[in-house]
Amino acid sequence: MKPRTAGLALYAAGAFLFLHLPLLILSIFSFNASRFTVWEGFSLRWYSAVLHDSQLTESAVNSLIIAFVATLVSTILGTLCAYGLWKRNSRPLAGSLYLSLVTPEIVTGISLLAFYQWIFRFLRVQLGMHTVILAHVAFSIAYVVIVVIARLRTVDGSLEEAALDLGANEWQAFRFVTLPAILPGVIAAALLAFTVSFDDYVITSLVAGVDSETLPMVIYAIARRGVNPVVNAISALIVVGFGSLVLFSERLRTT
Amino acid sequence: MEPVLELRDVSKHYPSHHAVNGVSLHLARGEFFSLLGPSGCGKTTTLRMVAGFEEPTSGEILLNGSRIQHLKPYQRNVSTVFQNYALFPHLTVRDNVEFGLRRRAGNHIDTRVRGVLDLVQLAGKESRRPAQLSGGERQRVALARSLVLEPDVLLLDEPLSALDPNLRKQVRAELKAIQRRVGITFLFVTHDQEEALSLSDRLGVMNQGRLEQVGTPEEIYLHPSTRFVASFLGAVNWIGGVGVRPEAMRIAREPSSNGHRSRPATIVQSTFLGNCVHVDTRLSDGEPAVVEISRLGETFAPGERVHLWWEPADELLFE
Amino acid sequence: MNRLRAWFLAPTWTVVVVLFLAPLAIILGYSFLTRGVYGGITSPWTAESYGRLVDPIYLAILWRSFWIAGASTALCLILGFPLALFISRAGPRKNFYLGLVMLPFWTSFLVRTYAWMFLLRDTGLLNTALQKLGWIHAPLPLLYNDGAVILGLVYGYLPFTVLPLYATLERLDRTLLEAAADLGAKPWATLARVTIPLSAPGIRAGAILVFIPCLGAYLTPDLLGGGKSVMIGNLIQNQFTTARDWPFGAAVSLALMAIVMLLLFAIARGEGESLL
Repeated sequence: MKPRTAGLALYAAGAFLFLHLPLLILSIFSFNASRFTVWEGFSLRWYSAVLHDSQLTESAVNSLIIAFVATLVSTILGTLCAYGLWKRNSRPLAGSLYLSLVTPEIVTGISLLAFYQWIFRFLRVQLGMHTVILAHVAFSIAYVVIVVIARLRTVDGSLEEAALDLGANEWQAFRFVTLPAILPGVIAAALLAFTVSFDDYVITSLVAGVDSETLPMVIYAIARRGVNPVVNAISALIVVGFGSLVLFSERLRTT
Repeated sequence: MEPVLELRDVSKHYPSHHAVNGVSLHLARGEFFSLLGPSGCGKTTTLRMVAGFEEPTSGEILLNGSRIQHLKPYQRNVSTVFQNYALFPHLTVRDNVEFGLRRRAGNHIDTRVRGVLDLVQLAGKESRRPAQLSGGERQRVALARSLVLEPDVLLLDEPLSALDPNLRKQVRAELKAIQRRVGITFLFVTHDQEEALSLSDRLGVMNQGRLEQVGTPEEIYLHPSTRFVASFLGAVNWIGGVGVRPEAMRIAREPSSNGHRSRPATIVQSTFLGNCVHVDTRLSDGEPAVVEISRLGETFAPGERVHLWWEPADELLFE
Repeated sequence: MNRLRAWFLAPTWTVVVVLFLAPLAIILGYSFLTRGVYGGITSPWTAESYGRLVDPIYLAILWRSFWIAGASTALCLILGFPLALFISRAGPRKNFYLGLVMLPFWTSFLVRTYAWMFLLRDTGLLNTALQKLGWIHAPLPLLYNDGAVILGLVYGYLPFTVLPLYATLERLDRTLLEAAADLGAKPWATLARVTIPLSAPGIRAGAILVFIPCLGAYLTPDLLGGGKSVMIGNLIQNQFTTARDWPFGAAVSLALMAIVMLLLFAIARGEGESLL
């Protein structure tokens, strides 16, 4: 190996370490018997604490419910939208979706908060799970559209023409020819929307009600108060969970 | 007998150009009709208008006497074999062929599918996916998929152009045989005049959106109505405003009599092409003329002064 | 076909208009109102909030946001380039390495930010380890400063430079590098005069993908900067919660949006590629 290539490889190794070490260390210390940052032996007490903490488990359930519902809605809407845009672009819609991606989360969050407060003057509703779910649908649709449109661009346009030629109407052509072709992309988009929704803190914290605390909100509160090994355990669980989902999604996306 | 397909003064105008300009033609039932022309002449656009993927700017398209130009593709009893075959990659051969049948209420799907797969000689390959087939096999699946629907007209968009050249002649013959057996009217689009001449009962030559001539292969080749048709269908020598095909000309050492047309010329070179010889000559006015002669006749050396002659009946005359 | 297409686009249009554009319009409106006595908004209409933006305190926050975002972007580019170079030359293992880069990113952003808290705190891993080794006697203040925020942002957004840089480098015509060598350029010279200039599209894309989110960052400066490293995002959040000065918070939000859009237009004029 030439010295320069060896140097580059060494650098790359260092970079990969930089990217993965913090999470690895966190995961290792989640098994630390001591609550201090000194290793005192292997223990599962923090995982046990996680399971027994009702606030953590309830918020986790909330996060799952929100993520499932929001993912379902945004995937369906986003897929249909991507298909419509693929047939013929709509610059206003594409532009608005792009804008929703580049708008800082804090701005999206406070604008939704203001919007909800304004609506609440007319409807007798409060902040709660539904406001969070709606917010999540709003910001995940653009992700779904991007992933599905990318997949649609690999589909041969003459396939739908052939379907029409053979007697299928437009809806049947979409359902029997195009949708099967993009299904891996749709599933990948759904997994992406799920992880984005589950992990969201900024927007959720602003529009959640008292009874709709999510896991990131609880983690945030604990983290702010001080180093708590319980967070290490939750973190490890999340990393493994999300990591597997993402690996699965990538495998699907490139089928 | 009523024509199965009729185009009445069909045009397709785009803001930038006229793709199709006033095309009128009719196809008889059971006929093999080709639309021949160079790229951009409008033949594919015409086909797509018959299929329903484009709507004519003006004119009418009639199928069995009824107007269809405003109908959607799935409302017309015509079927298309696409240039790239457009086989559904996620479906097996069987599912592909069945696709159109499944959109209709009907029975005996299995029998019909089996029958058409036998016809195109793909029996035994029903469970394969398109990715596992060769180019020729994919073309046959596309054909079967359309044929099984028994359309009034089968539209073929340059179906042989994606195949290996050596495969083309064989597939061409198979295609003709299938059409004869099934008796369905074929509307075949191509830019290859050899294909059009060998396959068609009648053909139409298109140029820049216009239909220049319609007729049998013999009529079009031997009696072209325009210079474009003459030169597109084969080589032409233009001698004094008159066209003569290379194979209609002969070379003699003495000026010819017997009512033949004759011109003096000098041999430039002889090229042996295997089954014939092309002789490049130069006429007295400096224009070139190519003569195609049998390899079994005389040979000529460069520089020789000779006389070219031909029958007046072989002349191609235009206004 | 157009009717079907309209049905396909309508639901998303509804969501976009009701849950994204309308809220932004409301914020726009709020920015021109006055703060109510107990917070919230009230009449009269005024542009006073925008006037307060030029107060030195807020300009300092703006400046800090730019400098932190800029430093993070620069570091992401500098650190990301060699990594992208390595991956582009890695042959059949390319996709594996790309996955390795992206994997941490797709786990929780909150968790990854917390990881740095765990490492950098006074009672965190780094300080505990250094003290145990006897290298230091009191904990180093590694957390709650601009540096920690930059570190957190770089850690969070490094993949955003690696991917576009990789994409550009991968498409690079290798024969150009061979031509340079043939004409006498040593490896470093080829790098500086051929490879890097030709990577400009990737550099531009990466810079935008990092700078804009960093500019509007909230979570990272909040957790890793404590109260010491206030960026625009923190300011906005503060105005809508603690300070309850919605008009001013709205004005700051719109100012941030304006900066983001300006940056995007400037880049778009130089490129022309669309994401969607």
